[in-house]
Amino acid sequence: MNEIGLSHILIVSTALFFIGVYGFLTRRNMITMLMSVELILNAVNINFVAFNHYLYPDKLEGIFFTIFIITIAAAEAAVAIAIIIGLYRNYKSVDVDDADQMKH
Amino acid sequence: MILHILIHVPLVTALVLLLLRDPRQVRLAALLGSALQLVISLVLLWGYRAERKAGNTAQMLFESMHEWYPSLGINYHVGVDGIAVAMILLTAIVVLCGILFSWNVQQQPKEFFFLIVFLSAGAYGFFISLDLFLMFFFLELAVIPKYLLIAIWGSGKKVYSANKLALMLMGGSALVLVGLLGMYYSAGNTFDLMKIAEAGIPPGLQSLLFPMIFIGFGVFTAMFPFHTWAPDGHSSAPTAASMFLAGISMKLGGYGCLRVATYLMPEAAQQYSWLIIVLASIAILYGAFATMMQKDLKYINAYSSVSHCGFVLLGIGMLTTTAVAGAIMQMVSHGLMTALFFAAIGMIYERTHTRQVGELGGLLKTLPFISVVIFIAGLCSLGLPGLSGFVAEMTVFVGSWQNPGAFHRTATIIGCASIVVTAVYILRALGASVMGPIRNEGYLRLQDAAWNEKLASAILILAILAIGFAPFWLTDLVMPDSQLIMNKIIGGVSP
Amino acid sequence: MLSGKYIALIPLLPLASFFLLGLFGRRMKGAAGMLGTASILVSAMLSFYVAYQYFFVYGQADGVYRQITALKYTWLPFSENISIDMGILLDPISVMMIVVVTFVSLMVHIYSLGYMKGEERFSVFYAFLSLFTFSMLGLVLACNLFQIYIFWELVGVSSFLLIGFYYDKPSAVAASKKAFIVTRFADLGFLIGILILAFYGETLDFPTLIQRLTDPASSQLIGITTAGFLGVSALTWGLVLVFMGGAGKSAMFPLHIWLPDAMEGPTPVSALIHAATMVVAGVFLVARLFPVFAISCPVALDVVAYVGAFSALLAALIACTQTDIKRVLAYSTMSQIGYMMFALGVSGYYAEGGLGYTASMFHLFTHAMFKALLFLGAGAVIHYVHSNDMLDMGGLRKHMPVTHITFLVACLAIAGIPPFAGFFSKEEILTAAFHSDKTVFYVALVTAGITSFYMFRLFFSIFWNKEYRPHGAHHHHGEAPFSMLAPLLILGLCSVAAGFVPFGNYVSADGSPLHTEMHWDFSMLPIGVALAGILAAMLMYRKASEVPHRLSNAMRSAYHWSYNKFYIDEIYLFVTKKIIFNLLGRPAAWIDRNVVDGLVNTTAVVTENFSEAIRGMQSGKAQGYAIWFFTGVIGFALLFIYLWM
Repeated sequence: MNEIGLSHILIVSTALFFIGVYGFLTRRNMITMLMSVELILNAVNINFVAFNHYLYPDKLEGIFFTIFIITIAAAEAAVAIAIIIGLYRNYKSVDVDDADQMKH
Repeated sequence: MILHILIHVPLVTALVLLLLRDPRQVRLAALLGSALQLVISLVLLWGYRAERKAGNTAQMLFESMHEWYPSLGINYHVGVDGIAVAMILLTAIVVLCGILFSWNVQQQPKEFFFLIVFLSAGAYGFFISLDLFLMFFFLELAVIPKYLLIAIWGSGKKVYSANKLALMLMGGSALVLVGLLGMYYSAGNTFDLMKIAEAGIPPGLQSLLFPMIFIGFGVFTAMFPFHTWAPDGHSSAPTAASMFLAGISMKLGGYGCLRVATYLMPEAAQQYSWLIIVLASIAILYGAFATMMQKDLKYINAYSSVSHCGFVLLGIGMLTTTAVAGAIMQMVSHGLMTALFFAAIGMIYERTHTRQVGELGGLLKTLPFISVVIFIAGLCSLGLPGLSGFVAEMTVFVGSWQNPGAFHRTATIIGCASIVVTAVYILRALGASVMGPIRNEGYLRLQDAAWNEKLASAILILAILAIGFAPFWLTDLVMPDSQLIMNKIIGGVSP
Repeated sequence: MLSGKYIALIPLLPLASFFLLGLFGRRMKGAAGMLGTASILVSAMLSFYVAYQYFFVYGQADGVYRQITALKYTWLPFSENISIDMGILLDPISVMMIVVVTFVSLMVHIYSLGYMKGEERFSVFYAFLSLFTFSMLGLVLACNLFQIYIFWELVGVSSFLLIGFYYDKPSAVAASKKAFIVTRFADLGFLIGILILAFYGETLDFPTLIQRLTDPASSQLIGITTAGFLGVSALTWGLVLVFMGGAGKSAMFPLHIWLPDAMEGPTPVSALIHAATMVVAGVFLVARLFPVFAISCPVALDVVAYVGAFSALLAALIACTQTDIKRVLAYSTMSQIGYMMFALGVSGYYAEGGLGYTASMFHLFTHAMFKALLFLGAGAVIHYVHSNDMLDMGGLRKHMPVTHITFLVACLAIAGIPPFAGFFSKEEILTAAFHSDKTVFYVALVTAGITSFYMFRLFFSIFWNKEYRPHGAHHHHGEAPFSMLAPLLILGLCSVAAGFVPFGNYVSADGSPLHTEMHWDFSMLPIGVALAGILAAMLMYRKASEVPHRLSNAMRSAYHWSYNKFYIDEIYLFVTKKIIFNLLGRPAAWIDRNVVDGLVNTTAVVTENFSEAIRGMQSGKAQGYAIWFFTGVIGFALLFIYLWM
């Protein structure tokens, strides 16, 4: 138990994931929600790296995927912030509840 | 070759219509296109008879096939037999007359004529297709424009009617599609009508697919209890659309019931024939009684169409060569007669702005031509000899009577009885609207039919008389092919 | 020579005239009448020629008149052996009928030149007359059971068009509808009868059908007599149903209600269609199938006899109290057709037994002459008085001498006074009835007495009784134009002469000549009865008096029953209005609106409500969607885990 094992890391990533979900569902500020999404993504990244290291130490797919996700996350953040700015121009607010025109 | 021309003329006409600006040019182009189409249909009839006379006994003539979507086994496969030729001729006549009757349409004439011509392309394609997928494609082509025609150019509660009509017909075609897919897989990944007929469908599967396809097409032909789109749809539709709807669209259903359901699934046709007969008998008598209580001329004709199309289904359900030939003749006859009836109602409505029987009266004095037209349509509807209705109905009756047994006899007697009820409602309607004293002074100043209306009525009446006076040419055309269809019915009654 | 080519011209000329007048008549004006008359004149001459050729030159073989199919081609093939053929079948009755039809039609055409003069739709009238003549000729010449049905319907529709000729009169419209629908209902029976006979007889061709159904050894006859329904053989069903069609057209009880109303049509039409020709089509139909009736199915023949006898009596009773002169004539027509029917009904087939058949056809022949004369005379009177009601008339003998004399001749003929035509034919009928069915005989005898009573009631009320006082100032014209008087005189002559035709020599059930002779000792009784009727009428109506009034008061209830036509119309009205409309029509329409269409609308409403109910899920709140998303993911995860276990 002295050594840090896979399960410890998984606990961390799970915690990180649910913190992200919680943030996404409860925050009204779209920037915060975007940050929560980043947390979720990073939880996944941690999993990838951890599984790669502990289960298949001689392979690199997990690492590749992590880098891939980081890149995508960057692009996604750029798009998301562009959307947020667009919404802000229309509603003068970054509160997600104000942008509820897309409904029945 | 001629079938390619047949299907391309309306498509090209439709495209040309889109390019034109002036409404006068638009209607002229539509008229020319449909007149050309009538000429082609007559040439087709002549060519078909010549081929048959020359001893060509192939089931389908003028056949041709091109690959369309080979990976799914869908081909552009066309060909005609006598039944299809008769239906094509009917389509050509009704479309031409419909265009003549809408000569003075004011609202967006370009779009109006475009949709009419487009619809006709769907009908022609449907009748010549020998590939079930192609047939379905054209069937759908003939549904959608009707929605627009009613919803935009209609009258009364037009949106309701248009929705109802489109949804019910779509429901019908959805059932048909499911049935077609079932056949497709059963026959080894082919939609080809002739190949499926050859391969045959296992009886167990037939009894599953037959009701789907028959009911699906039955919706089109206003089979009881799926007929309620017809009265509302007809009464809201503009004249030309009513003519098309009752004259041709309902016949798509009858043709499909015969060509796809009965021909491809003979065992199931036998199995379910009692049900078809029951539904048809109900439609015939019930439609007639429901008509008696209608006050609106268009509703009267719409309900009577339910009753008359009952004869088509009765003929198909009876499964004898004569009855089936009668059903086909009834389709042609009813198409012409109902088109004439709707046209006459349209002409009256245009002038008096009412279709209520109680508000009209004495029109014979002020509108003699139109009154005579509606009279002829009415007499045809009640089956007067010398007009087409008689020939068709009698053929159905004689064919039905060939089935021994109390059940078939009862159904036939019900059919015969309906001609009395038909006489009652037709004469009531005509007696109150055309005969009698003039109820409205304003009617004395009405203008009788214009040249286009006279021409179109004359064409339809001539066609009705041609069948009524000389039915043998139509019988020659359809009898051999109904024989062919009935030969597939195992143990079917053959006279 | 009996070539089908020129015989076909007899019906086709009127058809051509119909199309010409229908399409271009409006422009022809007066010439329209001349064209119509000319075409029927040619037809009539051709018919006389054909009759001469048939009866005296070609018709007989071994002393028996043959059936000759002069022309036949397939019109509508149904199956190998059943098809509708259009053709011409010549035999004594069809030849006799074409003569009667073209002759009476010619008279009516000439008469109408004067009667309908100045009518706005003059050419239309002649077009319809031509259509009728065509259809009637096609009917009598028919060689095929279905051909007769086709022309049967066509005469029905021409009758409809002519009854409704004054289309702006609501009563005329109602009468025309009634006539068409009642006969249509009867034709339903006819049609089913045809289907039965065609199915078992395996043919629609008359000669073949009759030959098969009268030959006891033929498989068809065995088949049709063994098959049955409700304990009655299919043959009886078929024949009785065919007779139902005939009864409808010939206004037999209980399908007679349309005939009196049909008098709404112009009077020449009543003379042609509703007296002389179309209404005897039912008799003709039974006569056409007579061998089958007589040889194979006497039961059906009994039905014919009793329906005929009852109708004859009923109509005569009603006629006694009617005051509309055309209605009186209409009921007398019905009564006389009843005579023809029961004469057929009591007849046998072979040799002397076939007297009833000959008598029936003879009466048809003479009746056509004198009844047409009566109607045309009544038309002249109506033309002069401008009223149909006999109470407006009286004392017209000085104003209309020609009409008076010819009408008297016709009345004597119908009453059966020698030597007028009706005497000979009625005499034969009574003899035939006497030898076969005593009940029918006495009914016929009583009817004969009543007939002469009401006919002379009519005669005296019009021409004698009170003095004529014209009301209004429209009486400047004389009796009638020559075009109207000429037919009266010709028909008057025929009403005398027709009785002397040795009819049995030409027309008999089995084709061989039948020698009929007068039995004067037997005739005394009918003549006496007829004279008694005339005497009674004379006492009551020759001078204006209170006697009729007092008598009707004394027999109040009987008088009311008769005056109201035994309330048969009311029964029909009840059945149609209350039962058919309220119990069938209304529910059908209601069910369609509310149940069948209700189901469709319910489907639509349910769909709409469902979407209404779930549309709240589309809230527009991004985080709401996220919750659904995560819940869904967790749900699926749990599901997969569960399935894995």
